[in-house]
Amino acid sequence: MNHKAMNKPGYYGEWGGAFIPEVLYQTFCELNEAFQKAKADPAFWQEYVSLMSTYSCRPTPLTHAENLSRHFGGAQIFIKREDLNHTGAHKANNVMGQGLLVKKMGKKRVIAETGAGQHGVATATMAAKFGFACTIYMGEEDVMRQRPNVFWMEKLGATVVPVTSGSKTLKDAINEAFRDWVTRMDDTHYVMGTVCGPHPFPEMVAWFQSIIGREACGQIKQQFGRQPSRVYACVGGGSNAMGIFQGFLDNPAVELVGVEAGGKGLDSGRHASRLAAKDGSPGVAQGYKSMFLQNSDGQMMDTHSVAAGLDYVGVSPILADLWQKKLVRFAAATDAEVMAALDLTMKKEGLIPALESTHAFVQAFKEAGDLGRDEAIIINMSGRGDKDIFTIAHAFNDPSWKEFIKKKGIEYGA
Amino acid sequence: MELNSQIKTALADPDKKILLMTHIVLGYPSLETNRQVIEQMVANGVDLIEMQIPFSEPMADGPVIVKANQEAIEHGITVRRCVDFAREMTATHAIPFLFMTYYNIIFKFGVEEFFREAKEIGIRGFIIPDLPPEEGEDFFALSRRYGIAAILIYAPTSTPERMRELARYSRGFIYCAARKGVTGKQTDFDASFNDYMRTCRANTDLPLAVGFGISSKEDVDYLTGKADIAVIGTRTINLVEEQGVAAVGPFIAGLR
Repeated sequence: MNHKAMNKPGYYGEWGGAFIPEVLYQTFCELNEAFQKAKADPAFWQEYVSLMSTYSCRPTPLTHAENLSRHFGGAQIFIKREDLNHTGAHKANNVMGQGLLVKKMGKKRVIAETGAGQHGVATATMAAKFGFACTIYMGEEDVMRQRPNVFWMEKLGATVVPVTSGSKTLKDAINEAFRDWVTRMDDTHYVMGTVCGPHPFPEMVAWFQSIIGREACGQIKQQFGRQPSRVYACVGGGSNAMGIFQGFLDNPAVELVGVEAGGKGLDSGRHASRLAAKDGSPGVAQGYKSMFLQNSDGQMMDTHSVAAGLDYVGVSPILADLWQKKLVRFAAATDAEVMAALDLTMKKEGLIPALESTHAFVQAFKEAGDLGRDEAIIINMSGRGDKDIFTIAHAFNDPSWKEFIKKKGIEYGA
Repeated sequence: MELNSQIKTALADPDKKILLMTHIVLGYPSLETNRQVIEQMVANGVDLIEMQIPFSEPMADGPVIVKANQEAIEHGITVRRCVDFAREMTATHAIPFLFMTYYNIIFKFGVEEFFREAKEIGIRGFIIPDLPPEEGEDFFALSRRYGIAAILIYAPTSTPERMRELARYSRGFIYCAARKGVTGKQTDFDASFNDYMRTCRANTDLPLAVGFGISSKEDVDYLTGKADIAVIGTRTINLVEEQGVAAVGPFIAGLR
């Protein structure tokens, strides 16, 4: 990875660390050792790339969105198609990489947290392929809003445990996954889904996701002839953003833009914007130090976003450092802006980005017109939107969909 | 008096073959109930009390204590009210009181500010399950400077080497988690537990407390002679929920 820890291992500036209970100390020693060994071994990366090109759809294409580019009349808009990964999101990159690591460590069971359900589905898929037992922790509220993904996880052979503590969303699923891990660390690996949590997770997940940026950097050069002016990615925990940003961090001419969940608006108090809003403050939770949405006592706040995958109190320590050093600019997109951008993207390009990914589209659309036609921007389309059909249909207040659901209800005797 | 000498004095009592430490979640179900429960605990011979300052993300705790943390926060407990309540308890009762919480609570309060205030109100020790020595250099230095014991945790997964490292930082006693997992589930005391206790003993000169799943006189009897302090946590929370405050006194009195 380009952006190196500055001082203690696992630290990015003042952020990061491994605030773990003692019972996991040994497990983390073993994990660090296995990961550093894999990272230093070129054959491991080759095995990973080969797996992703045969089991998933790597390299994923970079699509020139000609209609949208013309619509805004400014920069040429390119879209990195992580939605074309197997299971429909960038989450597969990290999961398959960790799966290879689990095989090397000889563990037989994987657990994971999930928000939108994409990481859960990807983990369940990996577990099925590699023959691991699999348990997924998912906040009860997310189980409700991402029901199709729950269905697929269960069909893939995973046990899905709805988490009823706290705010019943992603952070609570992470706590519950840790509670499982402290009980069964001997045979179990926790497949953390994002660039958060205790060291080495931020570094490890960023490393696996860096495949996005490596590809995009070469693809834009080939298709456009030079590097883009700006790269946009949505930021929940930050894994897709870290993935694509790493391809351009070395080039100061490329501006990197992270887009957080603005929810009902940054002034509403109902958002999940840790860096773009003024509401975040430094804290230590879920095993790492970063910027969190918390009150003055240090209690985590309830966050809100139409996108379950961005609805999270913390943010990657690596991104907190890049934000502090002004190497990544942060913005926020509201729920309403997301619905409008989604509608436009579907109509103009025939693409259905996930609600999470659409946040990046919103900010790119706001800025594309201000750039020259001879410039390019890249939007990371981290996932596909079909998983969000219930949420999107509800938000569009779609009459024929409602009629369909009513009929299904009658069919099932509701 | 610092915690080390308080524990030594208590252990010197020939009537006490093992000390009892109990656990309170501050503000659950209310500070008034905490006050009554603590009074009964002290009246019935409890030797130390750890008071948990609630945190919204209690990663090392099981369902009962998680729920207690969450409801205490929902009912409006604040760190300030916890500290004020602790001041009242240390002034009322002669036994040592400790704070148990997660690191973010102290970090947000200001680490040195927290030590200063804890010292002023007579808190004897801190148990912070998510702060390993590697992450708490300042914290452990302040612990020595202020004479407030930082109590570290041994786990069944800790190697002898790691135990010796932890013992260098710990003061007062070592908290030995009786098993893997979170608080509140039953612990099976078997041969491997005895081996674990022997390893703990061999790798520190500090007294050993044992917690996680200790809920009955049988458990306390079993620990007598193996550990110096038995820790009762989740059980008394359940007891208050099921039978009310008045059940706490007889329960504690019957433990040893």
